[in-house]
This record gives sequence, C-alpha cells and structure tokens, in this order.
Amino acid sequence: MYETSYSRAKDAADAAKQMKAADDGAYLSGGMTLLPTMKQRLAAPSDLIDLTHIKDMDAINVTRKDVTIGAAATHGSVATHAKLMKVCPSLCALASHIGDPHVRNRGTIGGSIANNDPAADYPSAMLALDATIVTNKRKVKADRFFTGMFETSLKEGEFVKAVTFTAPKRGAYAKFPNPASRYAMAGVYVADHGKGAVRVGVTGASQGGVYRAKDMEKALANDFSADAIADCKVDTDDMLEDIHATAPYRANLVKVMAKKAVNKAAE
Amino acid sequence: MGLEGIGARVLRKEDKRFLTGAGRYTDDHKVAGMHYAAFVRSPHAHAKIKKINIKAASAMPGVAGIFNGKELTGDGIGNIICGWMVHSKDGSPMNMGAWSALATEYVRYVGDAVAIVIAETLEQARAAAEAVDVDYKVLKAVVSVSDAIGDKAPQIHPEAKNNIIYDWEIGDEAATDAAFANAANIVEMDVRNNRLAPNPMEPRSALAQYDAAEDHFTLHTTSQNPHVARLVLSAFYQVAPENKLRVIAPDVGGGFGAKIFIYPEEIVCLWAAKKARVAAVKWTADRSEAFVTDAHGRDHVSTAKMAFDANNRITGFKVDTLANLGAYMSLFSSSVPTYLYATLLSGQYNIPNIHANVRAIYTNTVPVDAYRGAGRPEASYLIERMLTASARQLGVDPAELRRTNFVQEFPHQTPVIMCYDAGDFGVSLDAAMAASDYANFEKRRKKSEKNGMLRGIGMSCYIEACGIAPSAAVGSLGAGVGLWESAEVRVNPVGTVEVLTGSHSHGQGHETTFAQLITDRFGLPKENIQIVHGDTDKVQFGMGTYGSRSGAVGMSAIEKALDKVETKAKKIAAHMLEASEGDIEIKDGEVMVKGTDKKLLWHEICLGAYTAHNLPEGMEPGLKEGAFYDPANFTFPAGCYICEVEVDPQTGTTKIEQFVAADDFGKIINPMIVEGQVHGGLTQGIGQAMMENAVYDDDGQLLSASYMDYCMPRADDVPSFQVSATETLSPSNPLGIKGCGEAGAIGAPPAVINAITDAIGHENLTMPASPQNVWTALNMAEAAE
Repeated sequence: MYETSYSRAKDAADAAKQMKAADDGAYLSGGMTLLPTMKQRLAAPSDLIDLTHIKDMDAINVTRKDVTIGAAATHGSVATHAKLMKVCPSLCALASHIGDPHVRNRGTIGGSIANNDPAADYPSAMLALDATIVTNKRKVKADRFFTGMFETSLKEGEFVKAVTFTAPKRGAYAKFPNPASRYAMAGVYVADHGKGAVRVGVTGASQGGVYRAKDMEKALANDFSADAIADCKVDTDDMLEDIHATAPYRANLVKVMAKKAVNKAAE
Repeated sequence: MGLEGIGARVLRKEDKRFLTGAGRYTDDHKVAGMHYAAFVRSPHAHAKIKKINIKAASAMPGVAGIFNGKELTGDGIGNIICGWMVHSKDGSPMNMGAWSALATEYVRYVGDAVAIVIAETLEQARAAAEAVDVDYKVLKAVVSVSDAIGDKAPQIHPEAKNNIIYDWEIGDEAATDAAFANAANIVEMDVRNNRLAPNPMEPRSALAQYDAAEDHFTLHTTSQNPHVARLVLSAFYQVAPENKLRVIAPDVGGGFGAKIFIYPEEIVCLWAAKKARVAAVKWTADRSEAFVTDAHGRDHVSTAKMAFDANNRITGFKVDTLANLGAYMSLFSSSVPTYLYATLLSGQYNIPNIHANVRAIYTNTVPVDAYRGAGRPEASYLIERMLTASARQLGVDPAELRRTNFVQEFPHQTPVIMCYDAGDFGVSLDAAMAASDYANFEKRRKKSEKNGMLRGIGMSCYIEACGIAPSAAVGSLGAGVGLWESAEVRVNPVGTVEVLTGSHSHGQGHETTFAQLITDRFGLPKENIQIVHGDTDKVQFGMGTYGSRSGAVGMSAIEKALDKVETKAKKIAAHMLEASEGDIEIKDGEVMVKGTDKKLLWHEICLGAYTAHNLPEGMEPGLKEGAFYDPANFTFPAGCYICEVEVDPQTGTTKIEQFVAADDFGKIINPMIVEGQVHGGLTQGIGQAMMENAVYDDDGQLLSASYMDYCMPRADDVPSFQVSATETLSPSNPLGIKGCGEAGAIGAPPAVINAITDAIGHENLTMPASPQNVWTALNMAEAAE
C-alpha cells in the first residue's frame, strides 16, 4: 500500500470540505473493495475520508412500508434488521449472502452501490425496488443512478447518504455465485409492487453492468410465475465472458436465476 | 500398542503451538540489521531485456542495493539445475536451456525475476522495485504444448528445437502395436490433465543472513528438504561451501511439493546479502507473487487407447503424452512425466503390453514440477478414466471390468519397470462398494430423476508408488540424488529421548507420529520425546519429505536406529542386572529380566550409560545411535474410491452426495493423522476435478492469478468423507508402511469425473468439471442429438 492519509468526516459538509481539500481523495465506506485494491498498489488515493462515522449515517428506518437505509449501514445490520425483515425480507436475505461475516460487518450498502461493481448484489435490488438514492446534493432514482460497470451518476465530491424505497408486495433475490470469488455470476432480484408493476434487476451478467430485464417484467406483470418468463430471451451479445462463464452460459444462468427468484417470491 | 504407541490415535503434539499462533515460520524470524528484498519481475511472457535503468530507483530512500542477472552470473553463481537426467528415445540427453536465478538476456514467463532490490523496509524495497525501469523488446509467446511444438511457434530456448525437451518412451512399442492388431475391441480417448497452482497456506519465504567476520551464511527458508537445499546451493550454485552454509526450515505451513525445489529467490537473497553488505535479507512472497513463481503442477495433454480381447481382458495400452514443463526445467521436473508417471500406467491391472511416449515441452509459463502425487495422479487419471469409459463402451459394469483385470499374484512385474510386491485390490473394491451401497445406486438415480436432477456414480482403483527407492535403482534411471533417509536417536542421561530425522514436517504431524515409535518401543510418555528436524546444523543429513516417503523411509531409519539403541540398552541392563542379554525386556519405562522380579527403571539404564561406572567390558559410554535406511523397493499404496454426485442440469452445478475411500496404506502408526491426510488429499483431488484451473491467455498472462479467479476447494464443497483402511503390509520396510500422503489427490479426480460423466451420459467432459464445463458438456450432447 502506498502512503495515504485517513480521517473521519464529522458530518456531510465536513466530508465534502475534506474531499475538496484533498489532492486525490477517496470516500471510504467500509472499504471492502477499495482497501484490497490499495493493498495491491492498484489504487493510491492521497486521502481517505471515512463516511461511516457521520451521525445517523448507519440508521435504518422503517415506517409502515417506507424504508430508509443509511449509506453506512453494514450488510450485517441490513440482514438482521427486525422491522426490515417484516416488510422486505428479500433484501435482508440478499444482504445475508454478501461475502463472509467479516465483509458483512464492515461493508456498507452505500459503499456497494457507489462502487457499482458489475458483480455486486445490492445494485440489482435498488433497480428492482425502484429505490431513490439520496446523496449529499440531491435525490436520484436508481434507474438513473447506475450508468455502467463501476459507473454511477455521482459527480465529483458527491456521495451516497441513504437509500429509500417502498417495500414491494413480494420479492426475492437468487444468485449463482462465481465458484472462486463467490460474487454473483448472475444475480436476479424480482420485486412485485402490485397492480401489475413488476421490476427485475439483473447483476453479475451484463457488459453494461446492472440492468432491468424489461421483457421479463412485462411477462411477469401479466402472470407472476416462472413459466411466464420461459420464452424471454437473454441476449448473449450483452453478456460478460470470462474463464468462469461463456456468454451463452451466463445468459442461461440469468434465466435460471430469474425463475428461481420468481418461485421464491411466489412462495 | 498402548495408549500412545503404534496404532493409537494420539492427538498431535505440535498443534498446541500451531493452534495458538505460536508457530515460528520463516517470516516470523527477525534479526538485527535485517533488510527486505523485492524482486523486479517481468510483466511479459517472452521478451528480450534491452536495458535496465536503476538510476532513479537507487536514489530512493533506504535502498541498499539493486542487482541484476549479469552481476549474479558474473559473481560465479551457477545456473539452476534439474536433478534428474532423462534421455530421449534416440539416446540423446534432454535439451535443457539455461536458467539463471536472475534473467540475463531474455525473460521467459510473466514473473521471471530480473533484478533484486534491497532496502531497509519492505515498502521502500517495493517502491524502488517499481521504479526500476526495464526496457523490453516483447517477443511472441506460446503457452500451450500443442502450439509450442509447431514450426511457427517461438523458440524459447536455443537448446530445445521446437521447444521439445525430450522425446522419451517406455515399454515395447512393437509388441503393443501387435496387441492392438489382434484386439477384439479398442477404446480410444483424449485426456487433459488440468494445470494447478499449489497454494500452500504459508507462501514461500527466505531469510538470508551473512556473517562477514566468519564468512558464514544462514538461510531460514520454507523448504521440504533443507539438506538438499544446502547441497544444491553449495555444490551447484556456488553460494558457499556446505560448512559455511546452515539451512534451517523451521515451521513450514504446507508444501505439497512446491517447497521441494530450490528457487531463484533463496539463491539471490543469499548472494545479495553479502554483496549489499547487509546483515540479512528477508523476502516473503505475497499471494499474487506465489501464483506466478511457485512451481505449478500437472498440465498434460494425452491420447490413449486400450486393447481388449473377447473376454474383456486388457491386452495392450498405448499412450502419447505432451507434458508442459513451463519456461524452465525445475529441480525434478524431468522425472514427473516420465519415471513418476509412465511407470504407473499399468494401474492395478495385469496388462501384458504397454507403450508410452512422452514429450516434455517448454512454454512461456511458470515452471511445472512435482505437486502432491507428482506424475501418479496423471497416470491414475488416464487409466481410471480409460477403464470406466471402456466398461461403458463394452457394456460391462465398471467394477467387473476392473475385477477381470486386477493383478492377483504378487510379486507382479509390469511392462513399465515397476514390480508390485504386495496388495489385495479386490478387498478395497469390495469395501468401497459395500460402504457406498453401490448395489442400490439405480434406485437413488431414479429418485434424483424425479426431482429433475442427474445422478451418477464413479470409481477409481488407484495404485501409486511411494518411498522412491532404492537409491542405486533410481540412480540408474537418472536421479541425481540417493533417496534413503537418516535418523539419530539420542537418549539423554535422564532417559528422555531426542530423535533427529532427515525427514521434514510441514503439516504432516511427524512430531507426534515419529514419537509413537519410541513410545511403542520403550513405553516412554510422548512428553519425554522430542523430534528434531529441519536444521542442517542439528541433523547430519537427510533427503526431506515428499512422495509420501517419511513413513516408509524416514520412520524405517528411526526403527533401525532404535534397534541399535535397544541392543545397547539391553547389554547394559544385562550387565547391571547380572542376567543374560536375551532375557532382558524393555516395557512401560522399565527394564526387566523376563520371568523374575529383577528390574531397573529406564532412566537408571540411561544414567548408567553416561556415568559409565559399570559398563560391560570394552563398551563405549553413552546411548546414541544413528542409522541410514535405503529401502529395497518402492512401496505400493492402493485403494478404491467411489464418488456419487448429483448434477443440476439447469446450471451444471455438481454436488458430491457421497465419497467413499477404501485405502491400503500398509501399517498405520496413527489412524487419526492418516485419516487427516486422506481427507486433505481427497479435498485437493476434488479441487482438481471440479474447481482448480490455472489458465493463461494467449499472451502468457495468468488469468487465474488470485483467489478471485483460482477456485480453491472450501469446506462446503466437499462431503463428509467415509474412509476406511486395510493393512496389507509392505514387505520392503521393517514397519510394513506404504505411505498415505498423496493417495487422495491421486485417486479422487478420476472417481469424480467418472461419476459426473455417468450422470451426464457421455465422456466428453473437460477437467475441472466446473458448473460451466458440465453445463457445456450437457448442452453439447443435446446439440449433437
């Protein structure tokens, strides 16, 4: 690791101020991707500005079906939050399968969505839940937040403060883990918001990063069953290819995971 | 046997320090004035070094020296050797290219070391290493054996035309061809044995100390054989004469073969410590460095065919193998695809005619050498895949085809050098079939089908050769070393015992198992016994630990030394007790005259040996004996593994439903430790079969260079193993031990693949059977239909 300065931001304004003052600063929100990258000397920010100690940044609030999750909430706290479990158990289940216990106790939802790793789990949930991403400057819908692999609409100095969404009627997440890293090689979040509004978020599979499978959404809106998506096509041209999965295999996994998620949600 | 003697499940003495974090590994050792090394490594798989500019790097803080390959060879440091000479079938010696510990003119794989940087801190060394500016002319690289032998392939070493190191054969080709001409049935198949990165838990490390006043070196290093390391460092690399070089392999966290070899880093750190005039140089690989510098394993591409007569008896076996040895010939690389592989191609079967041709090939990849099993897993995979595929093609049960062809009488001379001395292959097969409820498999298959799953069962009847010996025989086959072992038993005046052994424990539990021999012999508690190993200043010489040899060879040396100690102790006792030597019995820490109540305590005899007040006429004082043991033959562990799997056709995911191991390791000293070795070996074998794969792209970049992409087996990937053992004693050593360290890794891959191919209904499956490969195999079959 190259030399770096570390400081804890007191509040949102302080964080933005510190970032402005830094040569080449980076926000830290758990650091489950950034720190290993720095250890391998592949990233060298001059300053690390830790957001996780800002007051109430890790709060989770559930009022009836309205959910707000602070950006510094760890995967572990999302996985085990009693009120959240009642209204949106599928998100708790998703969080409970991220990484290992160490990662779940350090990694945060804000860090995950801001990094937008194409194999991360949360971004698919944000799309399917039609979440709003609250930053220190504005509110932006998930649909406009994720813009490509490792890319978001966050501007310089901007960071995620919280995510908000209304819990769906039913939902589920199914992922096929990469055998080596156990990141999602295809992860599908299906959320039925009622009245024919179904959203499907797909992670781990596409060259464009997380995306909504709109033909599946349409099919499920009419008939919320695994059979309904049997004829949906997953375009192999869009799929990622690596030593673990060819494009046709990944496309197959997207379909299989989507069916699995629908079955789970319909239970 | 007693509570702690031979056959007892004694808990491991060494685990207290290992489990409490008190182990002392090479990287834990620190000395005053210690500097750190970082290596400048090639980012290219094949390139000419045009210029190395160290100006900026040399001026960086803390830098004590930056040295390159020309300086190394200029100081007379010798090229890295290969310790086993193999001749091609035309009689010519192998075409070995030069390997300098730091590259001089060319780099030949990604990770090839170009320069060493020594600095006061690790961070300084790494920063300066990044600042060393190497100007390369990038050359075309080749990574696969089939590409490397082509006429258009880049020439990696001038010595090896078409990158062929040797073109070797074993067996009678004409007789084998005749068997095929007369065969009732012939079965053919292509078999690929995937490439593996060894991944011991502790990465390699070296701490090289130089004492200028004494002109003496001390090397702490992660070695499975510190004496061999000292010999080679001294005799071939001219680092220092043996009396001026002490090599210590302290606690070592796993080896699996990768820590047999003497690598560039150890050589360079020793040389550079003296050259930079620093007290010591420490280097420890990080995991990324380990992936591109530890010798890889396997990587064979073979075609094979088997001839059968009308009664399904095997009449001939013909094999053609291309073995990838990487960019340079590592220490024992030449022997792995020849004498450790092709000599086992008879398997457990009576095959009258065998011919194998092996070409060893240079490629622009990490050097390939012995890895748990070394050659024997490749042989076992080939034969056992062949037997199962043949059974399916001939329409007979795989178990019956094996039984029809088992070697039944011993000794059995195979057509490929090995002479099997003992075994009972049918017993292991019966045991494994009974334990796996093989008879009712079809019922289970139907049940899986109802759930939309594919179920399969597969077996492998492996045989391997351990305790490579005798020395004269392996010498005649080209080995540069003898493969005996030594031991010294020192009985202290108070009756406690130190055993100095040339074997080296890097996880095997020698400190417990070896002590059980002494406990068994004299009835001493294990707390009174110390096993000393891994230090050339303490142990006179030894050959180290690999090839499952420490039991069969290392413990045999201890037994021989114990015989001498017992004889002398009895002589002393007879004299002190005024009895006849033949009437003396040593038991439970007491020395008694049989049939009387006359006795002395063990420590009274020991003290008597050292006070020397009352010894027999002419006897030297003391109670300390040494022995060298050179076995009469290899040992032949064998067994039967049965694996049952369920495949999800939607995703290609395979779950192992049960895995049964029925082994014959000869005499077992500590069943708990043996079972642990089997569990570990099976897990590594399952890892090779289903998960692990070292993959290069066409430019020679290792794509699977971290745990993000290299899939190691984890606890939830393997089932609860059902293991059992029979004991057909080896006639080749006094204890009847055969060895158990590698069996799992040798026998498991074919059992797993035979099970999965049974589930998917055809043979066209590439190892590792990852979900992707299984799904592709299933869908290929569907497309073909």
